[in-house]
Amino acid sequence: MVFPDGTEALRDVSFGVDKGEFVTIVGPSGCGKSTLLKIASGLLEPTSGQVHADRDQIGYVFQDPTLLDWRTARGNVELLAELHGVEAGERRRLAAEAIELVGLNGFEDHYPKSLSGGMRMRCSLARSLTLKPPVFLFDEPFGAVDEITREHLNEETQRLFRTEGFAGLFITHSISEAVFLSTRVLVMSARPGQIVAEFDIDFEYPRLPELRFDPLFAELCGQVSQNLRGSHA
Amino acid sequence: MTERNAIQGPGTVRSLSQRLLPPMILGSGFVGIWYFIAYGVLEPRRRFLLRPPHEVIQVGFLEWDNFSLILNSLWSSTKVAMMGLSIAILIGFMLAITMSQAKFAERAIFPFMVTLQAIPILAITPLIGFWFGTGQTSRVVVCVIISLFPILLNTLFGLQSADSGLHDLFTLHHANRITRMRKLMFPAALPAVFAGLRISAGLSVIGAIVGDFFFGKGDAGIGQLLRKHASQLAGEELLAAVIMSSALGVTVFLFFGWLQERSIGRWHETTTGAG
Repeated sequence: MVFPDGTEALRDVSFGVDKGEFVTIVGPSGCGKSTLLKIASGLLEPTSGQVHADRDQIGYVFQDPTLLDWRTARGNVELLAELHGVEAGERRRLAAEAIELVGLNGFEDHYPKSLSGGMRMRCSLARSLTLKPPVFLFDEPFGAVDEITREHLNEETQRLFRTEGFAGLFITHSISEAVFLSTRVLVMSARPGQIVAEFDIDFEYPRLPELRFDPLFAELCGQVSQNLRGSHA
Repeated sequence: MTERNAIQGPGTVRSLSQRLLPPMILGSGFVGIWYFIAYGVLEPRRRFLLRPPHEVIQVGFLEWDNFSLILNSLWSSTKVAMMGLSIAILIGFMLAITMSQAKFAERAIFPFMVTLQAIPILAITPLIGFWFGTGQTSRVVVCVIISLFPILLNTLFGLQSADSGLHDLFTLHHANRITRMRKLMFPAALPAVFAGLRISAGLSVIGAIVGDFFFGKGDAGIGQLLRKHASQLAGEELLAAVIMSSALGVTVFLFFGWLQERSIGRWHETTTGAG
């Protein structure tokens, strides 16, 4: 991917994500991770190469919650179904279901300004869940929330991945987040972004929070980290 | 919104007095200086230059003939201002929406809007008189020219203020232009639109008075009244008319503040002052 100003953001990046897989890409900031997601979703046209994906109903969770300030949590969650022309009763049912899934019950009628950062992110997750997308893209969604909320949200994402059965592509610069969530971790180098290493993560799901203190978990994180630093040098 | 966070009960009374006391102190100071100039600085034969406050109230407000004349003129100017503001809002919205839809339109229209804004209104009032006569139409035209720019600029800015992530979201889900405008750009623009409305509303009152000052045909307004009192050196009536004109401006400003709070207060943190 080369931008009009000559910046080469990505070079020779090739990989697949199967149903039931959760692939995470870790890389230094500015390595083209977000560009990769935008290409995968069709928001950007690649200058060369191809994307094969069912892009009709794609779940996309942005870096920010990107909620509509003038809608309540419920109104925000209903938005996508609304854009796809789902009729009101069904929309309401889908929204209620998604709100239940992310544990936002009781806050349906709150406006974003009175929700905490973590709750806004949950709301954003719920919004994507309403369409039951077969492919879910996450663009560093939990970068702006505090560590504890982030761990909670990680556990919930993992639970949703198991229950909803989507193919997940997750972008982050947190190594432990990557290892905790994924079936596979790809390490990307600094610009132009290239995939320099690949790790299969074989821990059983459901993964419990305590997994983070497992020596094997730490070792994997170490290896990913080493590759990440190697690519940076 | 400090008053909303204030402790209820005795606290409410305190916060109200905290809000009202400073302007009251300043106001009494102002009236004091007014008296001082009227009685201390001006000799009796020159006192017509600034009549003392109680005489202004006596003659301008309590003598029904004078006051009803002020109210009638004020009403006539209010109608001009409302008409002018409505037209400015209509034109402003249409231009802003066009400009937000096509970069080309924005580039084409913007310089002319800035130029229109930069022309001193006094310089073109004679022309307006030539073209539209010296009646109601010209008053409204002046009003539109003065109040168009803030509403246009703020609406345009508001329409362009929607988050790029949200635009991406709408793109991903194949929203068409109309849906994007209706569900994203227009609601996102509302806070800025209201900011523009408040400025334009105040300006429309000024426009109505300035227009009326120059164009005397038809239903005379407060501008003609000011002119008449000024030529007759009727200080009390003049000051009373000035006070009532600014009261109209304040009322309009407060009205739009109230409208803003009612329409978007639930989801938007208002940062502007009074009202």
